[in-house]
Amino acid sequence: MKLSFSPEDEQFRQEIASWLQLNLTGEFEKLRFRGGPGDEHTFPEERKVWEQKLAEGGWTCVGWSQEYGGRGCSIEQQVIFFEEYARAGAPGRVGHIGEGLAGPTIIAFGTAEQKKKYLPGIVAGTELWCQGYSEPSAGSDLANVKTKARFDEKHNKWMINGQKVWTSLAHESDYCFVIARTDLDSVAHKGLGFFLIKMDQPGIEVRPIEQITGTSEFNEVFFDEAQCDADDIVGAPGEGWKVAMGLLGFERGVSTLGQQMQFQNELDDVIRVAKSNGAAQDPAIRQRIAQAHAELKIMRYNSMRILSGQSGSDGGLQKEALIYKLFWSTWHRCLGELAMDVLGPECEILEDGPYALSRLQSLFLFVRSDTIYGGTNQIQRNIISERGLGMPKEPKGVAK
Amino acid sequence: MEFAFTEEQEMIRDTTAAFLAEVSDSAAVRRAMGTEQGYEPELWNRICSEMYWQAVHVPEAYGGMGLGYVELVAMMEQMGRSLLCSPFFSTVCLAGNALRVAGSEAQQAHWLAQLCEGTLTATLAFNGGSSRWDAESITATWRHAGDGYVLDGDYRYVIDGHTADLLIVAARAEGTTGVEGVSLFLLPADTSGVSRQWLPTMDQARKQAAVQLKSVSLTTDALMGEPGQGWTPLSKVIDLAAIALAAEQVGGCQQLLDMTVAYTSERVQFNRTIASYQAVKHKAADMMLKVEVARSAIYYAACVAQEALEGGPLSAELSEAASVAKSYCSDAYFAVAGDALQLFGGVGFTWEYDVHLYLKRAKSSEHLLGNGVFHRERLARMLLDEGEES
Repeated sequence: MKLSFSPEDEQFRQEIASWLQLNLTGEFEKLRFRGGPGDEHTFPEERKVWEQKLAEGGWTCVGWSQEYGGRGCSIEQQVIFFEEYARAGAPGRVGHIGEGLAGPTIIAFGTAEQKKKYLPGIVAGTELWCQGYSEPSAGSDLANVKTKARFDEKHNKWMINGQKVWTSLAHESDYCFVIARTDLDSVAHKGLGFFLIKMDQPGIEVRPIEQITGTSEFNEVFFDEAQCDADDIVGAPGEGWKVAMGLLGFERGVSTLGQQMQFQNELDDVIRVAKSNGAAQDPAIRQRIAQAHAELKIMRYNSMRILSGQSGSDGGLQKEALIYKLFWSTWHRCLGELAMDVLGPECEILEDGPYALSRLQSLFLFVRSDTIYGGTNQIQRNIISERGLGMPKEPKGVAK
Repeated sequence: MEFAFTEEQEMIRDTTAAFLAEVSDSAAVRRAMGTEQGYEPELWNRICSEMYWQAVHVPEAYGGMGLGYVELVAMMEQMGRSLLCSPFFSTVCLAGNALRVAGSEAQQAHWLAQLCEGTLTATLAFNGGSSRWDAESITATWRHAGDGYVLDGDYRYVIDGHTADLLIVAARAEGTTGVEGVSLFLLPADTSGVSRQWLPTMDQARKQAAVQLKSVSLTTDALMGEPGQGWTPLSKVIDLAAIALAAEQVGGCQQLLDMTVAYTSERVQFNRTIASYQAVKHKAADMMLKVEVARSAIYYAACVAQEALEGGPLSAELSEAASVAKSYCSDAYFAVAGDALQLFGGVGFTWEYDVHLYLKRAKSSEHLLGNGVFHRERLARMLLDEGEES
């Protein structure tokens, strides 16, 4: 067990830090610290250009193997990349769903043709992805998917009908990966397929959802006889759940460290306000700031444990990975509340008029979604107690 | 960077756990905690002669095993799990660290050798009776007298202070305040003018004492380091000990969680095991979150502690790491213990079940070397008060 990085890794840190210093300038200057979760609606066009700029420098998909166009970075180097990226205030990645979720899934489960067709666009930062999982009646009960996929033999295509919801970046995306029912008589996690669907087609309609922030980054996506080529199903019909669950594993990767650097930037903002408005002298606020700092520090090392693969020798998810979502989402929600309490009554005032939220106001409201999306805190506690502690499973209701 | 135990470290942890399962079960803990001494000398002798734990992180040059702080922390975690009654924390984590950080070559050679042989128990005394474990808590005084020094004053909360063979004490030059004038001295417990009283405690599994010094005369070789320059090394020792104590807290948390899951999986009410109720499962999930986060905290702090002893690049982070770990683990331990007692229900309130032993240890270790509030305020000073010493 050792924390220090090797000289070669420190050299790598220099490399990415100087690249960012050189390139996050000019037209991209205004993107600093923008576009993260809760701020996805800002500068989408400029961030798309930035994605391609990153690709030119070879800084997309750094953890992918070189075979698939990645940089082939070690875990340590990926850690460093995400740290330096966030430290520089480089903008939220519009390509993160492709790079972090769609790509790894295609690499793990896709055919040679699918890899050839889809991976280069992700690496080049030219093709963006969104995730079509949740539905109005498939929230916490994700397997209760109703969207249907019917195979049309005549046209050799899958025809998709149904509705997805909470789809981030759907309005900016070129493709969506969708789980839909291939066996129309099936229930729960059986009989699903995993589809790669082009967004720009007549059968797809995207409607933004207006959130409590007044902005929209989540969408509803309607499929009305939307088409998907026969070759664009990942795995066999009926294997969609297996593919989708394999993908969940990718969500706990090194990118969590980048997320933590964003948290650090937010906490630094809160500290700056506290110092300037005198809240830093309030003993209760001091305790809460110190606690936020301590827990964020620990969060980083919890991620290091996950990455170093400690425990988990039984093949199951490591315990430190199982608790991670509940830990960070609760921490982040507390940070939002702390930000408002540091601001005091000023937290109410919209300096730029209705309904233009400041960064901290936006944080305070947006973090309410953190403990809901990607498995609510209640679902997380079920998962932790059942998989982590071996306690009995929740009984399922009987379908009516 | 490698943030996982090596195979050797895993072996040390597992060996420690296996030995403790044999020698430190509930009956053994209850036997030892009922005595004034607080530990069974036969067991301590076995630990020192067979397991050699007392020598774990002492350099080989002084007769130690030359292992690191990660190994020490892995062992402390297991000791916390079984509530081992022994002078390990006082001798190794308090006095041993003090000798390593503040002792001269000659002092280390002399005292660490005895410590490693298992013929010496020792402890550290500095707090005169304050809830703040900082320099201000030192109230005992020293003054020059001829070629040596004379010490006067009182100490409280001295772990194993009534039984230790050697006391390492902090005192301040008369008339000084804060970090000024602090010196550390090596004081054999049988020195004339030293009186010690056992302080019975709620947590019977760890013993505390009051120590009183009345015109205690010491020769120059009793001084550790330069006169009046003792706070910097002492503060490092306290940080190192706090990290070890936090590891012990994590072990206690884990044991409580395991006990709770086992009990609720057997206890049946309304024709179901109570572990099948979501109200119980969710509380257990929150307990597991605290245990795992606390564990991440101590592994981080252990790596920093190791660098602090070796002079690595993260040395400067020692105080921060100690406060991060001690604040989180202290609060986690008590919260987990409280939840465990609640989930055990009525039997958790009985002397017969072990939950109360851990609840009491959670509270005593929370306040030892500074509670969560104290350590968070220390962090707040680092974060919010620029230019001020923490």
